[in-house]
This record gives sequence, structure tokens and C-alpha cells, in this order.
Amino acid sequence: MGMRLVFWLTLVLASFCPPLLAQTAAPISPATTGLAPADAARIAKLEQQVAEAHSAGDNAWMLTSAALVLMMTGPGLALFYGGLVRKKNVLATMVQSFAMMALVTILWAFLGYSLAFGPGNSFIGGLHNWLLHGVSLQPDPDYAPTIPAQTYMVYQLMFAIITPGLITGAFAERMKFSAMLAFMILWSIFVYDPMAHMVWGKGGLLNAALGGKFPCLDFAGGTVVHVTSGVSALVCALYLGKRVGYPRDAMPPHSVVLSFIGACMLWVGWFGFNAGSALSAGSLATSAFVATHFGAAAAVIGWVAAEWIRNGKPTVLGAISGAVAGLVAITPAAGFVGVPAAMCIGLLAGAFCFWMVAKVKAKFGYDDSLDAFGVHGAGGTLGALLTGIFAASVINPIFKDAQGNVLPSGLLEGNARQLLNQFVGVAIAWVLAIVGTLVILKVVDLTIGLRVSEEDEVQGLDLSQHGEEGYAFDVTA
Amino acid sequence: MTKVEAIIQTSRLEAVKTALQETGVEGMTVIEVRGHGRQKGHTEFYRGREYTVDLIPKIKLELVLADAMVEKAVAAIIGAARSGKIGDGKIFLSKVEDAIRIRNSERGESAL
Repeated sequence: MGMRLVFWLTLVLASFCPPLLAQTAAPISPATTGLAPADAARIAKLEQQVAEAHSAGDNAWMLTSAALVLMMTGPGLALFYGGLVRKKNVLATMVQSFAMMALVTILWAFLGYSLAFGPGNSFIGGLHNWLLHGVSLQPDPDYAPTIPAQTYMVYQLMFAIITPGLITGAFAERMKFSAMLAFMILWSIFVYDPMAHMVWGKGGLLNAALGGKFPCLDFAGGTVVHVTSGVSALVCALYLGKRVGYPRDAMPPHSVVLSFIGACMLWVGWFGFNAGSALSAGSLATSAFVATHFGAAAAVIGWVAAEWIRNGKPTVLGAISGAVAGLVAITPAAGFVGVPAAMCIGLLAGAFCFWMVAKVKAKFGYDDSLDAFGVHGAGGTLGALLTGIFAASVINPIFKDAQGNVLPSGLLEGNARQLLNQFVGVAIAWVLAIVGTLVILKVVDLTIGLRVSEEDEVQGLDLSQHGEEGYAFDVTA
Repeated sequence: MTKVEAIIQTSRLEAVKTALQETGVEGMTVIEVRGHGRQKGHTEFYRGREYTVDLIPKIKLELVLADAMVEKAVAAIIGAARSGKIGDGKIFLSKVEDAIRIRNSERGESAL
């Protein structure tokens, strides 16, 4: 009886020991340790399993993050924007975001991923990965060494989906659905893909992680997503002109309730957007998650305080807009800053974007209907520049010299040059957005025509473009 | 037969309904309306822009009553709806030519 107990105990203990041994980093071979070949083979297999477990953790987080980012578009952005327009345009506004989920996805498979992340030159990828050829379930070590390349691809797709969706805020309530679809296809190919390639693609001019010539610190897409879409939004608003009756007629949001729900989904989803950009489930993801959250909270306070002081009452729309502004601004900085810097960035973004939306827009008189430029363009630009100031190598040692020593990241750490690189990145985003958008608008305008007729605009896009009503609360049962 | 149209504050609806039922009024129509008399509206703020809302939500009650009931009903409405401030509303009386019960084609005061 006693011997059997000893036997089973030994067996159980022995089955727990090997994982402890497997935590050593150096591969074990009979030559180095004098172990029998069978034991060396077992240990090698265990090392592989540990690596697989590590990958499984990263992949789980990355797939979750991809889902969170998609949720930001649908229904996050759809609700946020949908609530801000007049009732007669609610469906048309929401479907503009939804259409991106379908359209950009298909485009990504054929062309988008390859142009953004395939091998090419400093400005654009190529057609190597046409129809996702070569994008397998094995990791692509240049991008994310512990997750399948397809995970990386689908994660990036969610960014490609939401970015054009943001622009729809500028031309809300007056753009033809067909023209919008054409515009978005061209914008995604000619503005988004090159910008994504420059900042994140192999060989990209601005790629800080892969040795770009002007390394721009953009953790989750301050320039790629927010500056490009925000500036394009301004161009669209100016080109398309004001809505019929703007600014004389009152056009308040028809449902701040919907916008509230959308904004909260955006905040939660943004953890996938920023913390997922760590491309792993490790401590950098934690750092980005934390910075994101504190940045958002500080921005709510910034916007609400500014509004309370200026207008006498803190509005709910202001509070949620503040959160979005902070999330935008922290996007490029998320994986490079700690909590105090994140709160600074958030507070400044909240107040700054409030000023852009409440004062600057009224002063210049452009009809950026849902403040895509005021929040994303301006907030993204501010965030990208503040990243150059606040980035800390102690959070993320992204720059190293030839010997592998860590170099300072941002201005406050002693790297003044980084602010210049941030300017370069932001400037390229602005120029690409302006030029690209203008050309595309002109092309679409000449072929299809951009704006709905005045009759259709007054009737409302839900009826005129889609033959539907958002709310059929009829008297008849 | 007289039609009584009363525009009252939305918060007074329950009190007015109860008061009318106590006088014996058996039917009424309630409509949500917007409007203003001399009452000023209010301002709302969205994204820093000020919007003046001068059409204020109110409740409109419509009653068609036998002439003998009218003054009692008017008194009940006033008693329940009056707060003493601007915005209390108004009552309009008008003559009704006829009333017909759909169920059995009855006409006149017995159809009320």
C-alpha cells in the first residue's frame, strides 16, 4: 500500500516538474547537457508547447481586439453619428458606417492589405498579397511574431473599416449613397493604404519600428486613422458645401441617447484599438490599455469644464464628445506614455477639441456636420504632436542604437528631434489627405455627382436614398 | 352641444383627468402638442451651439359636452390646471353641429 502511494506520488510530481524545467530559455541538446536523446526530445517538445501557449495568449487577445475594433464601427460609430443627425437621416447615417464593414472588407482581401502591408517601397506596398495570397496562419515575424499572419491581417482590416467611416460625419445629411460608396473605395486605396503603409508597413517611410527614414511614433493610428480621416472630412465639408438651411435652421441631434450608447461602445472598443496595437497580450498591452483609459477620463473633464465655464451648463453631448476627443488624442501615444502624461494629453485634447468645435467652426462657418475634423483631425494632430513630447523609453524602448542600448523617445526625455519627426508624419498625413481627397471628390463629382438634390435633402436621406423610415411609430397598430 | 378645447401644462394632465371624471364627464381626447402663447421658450446647447426652443410641449384635451355640463367641466379644468404662472394654458369653447355614435348611428346629445 505504501509503495503504491509512493509510486503514484512520484508519477504525479514527475509530471509537474518538466514545465518548470521548460522555462529555461536556451535549447537543451544532448551535446550541451549530456541528457539522453529521449529526454532532450521531450524538453524540446515542451519548449514548443510553451511557445504555443504564449502565442495562444497573444492570439486570443488579438482576435478579441479585432472584434472590439469592429464593434467600434458597428454599432459604436453608427449610433454615435446616427443620434447626432436629424430623425429623417438616421438610417442613412448609420448605413454609411455599416457599408464600410462590407465594402472595405472585400476591398481589403483583393487589394487593401497588399497595398498597405505587402512589400513595396517607402510609400506603398504592392500586389504580392493580392487576394491575401501568402497571408497564412504562420506568423509574419516583421509584423507580429507570435500570432498568425491572418490575425494581424484581420485586426488591421478593422482599422481600415473604421477610418473612412469617420469621414462620413463631415458630409452627413447631404451626400448621395452611391457617390459615398465610390468615394470610399478610392479613398481607401489612395489615401488610407499609403498612409498605413508609411507608418506601419515594411519599409514604410515613417515606420518607427521597422527603421523608417522619419520614424513617427504612432502607436495605434493617430496619423493613419484620425488625422487622415479628420482632414479629409474638412475637405469634404468645404467641397460639398453647407446643408440646406445651415446655419440658420436649428438642426439639433434627434437622439443624444443613441449617441451616448455609441460613445460608450467607442470607449470600450478603443481598448482593442489601442491596447491591441501592442500586438501581444503582454505588459505593453497593459500599458496602452491603462493610458487609453486615463486619457479618456481626463478629456471628459477637460471638455466638460470648458463647456461648463463657457455656457453655464455641462451637457451630456459634451461629456461624451470629450471622451471621444481624448481617445483620439491618446491613440498615437497609448503605448509610449505613462498615466500622468496620458492624463495631460487627455485634458488638453478635451479642452482643445471643445474650442475647435464650439468656437473655430462657428468662426469659419464650415459645415463639418458631426465634427469629424474638430474631433478627429484636430484631436489626432494634437495627440501626434504631444506624443513627440511625452513619449518615454521607460514605457516602450522603441529606439535603440547599433549596440542595442535604449535611446530616449520624446522631447521630455531629451530627444528633441522626435517632435520634428512627428511633424513630418502629421504633415504627410495632412497633405495626402487634402490632395487625395480633393482629387477623388472631383472625379466622383464629375462622374456620379456627390450631393443629393435639394428636394431629396429636405425630404431626408432615409426616404430619398433608401426608401425607408428609421422610426415607424405609427398610430395604427 | 359644445366643444371644449383645453391646452394645459403636460404635468397637469392627471389632475385634470381626475377632476373631469369626478364631474361626470365620460369621454375625452388627449393630444400631445407644441406651442406657445406669451410664455418664453428655453435654450438648449449642442456642441457649443445655442438653440432656442420656443415651441413648448403641451397637452390638448378635447371634449364635446351637453351645454348643461360645460361650465362644470370648465371649472374642473381650471381648478386642476391652474398654477398661477404664465404657461397655464387656455380653454376654447365652440358650438358643435352634431355628434354621431359610430356603433349604432345614434345622434345628438345622447350620442355624447
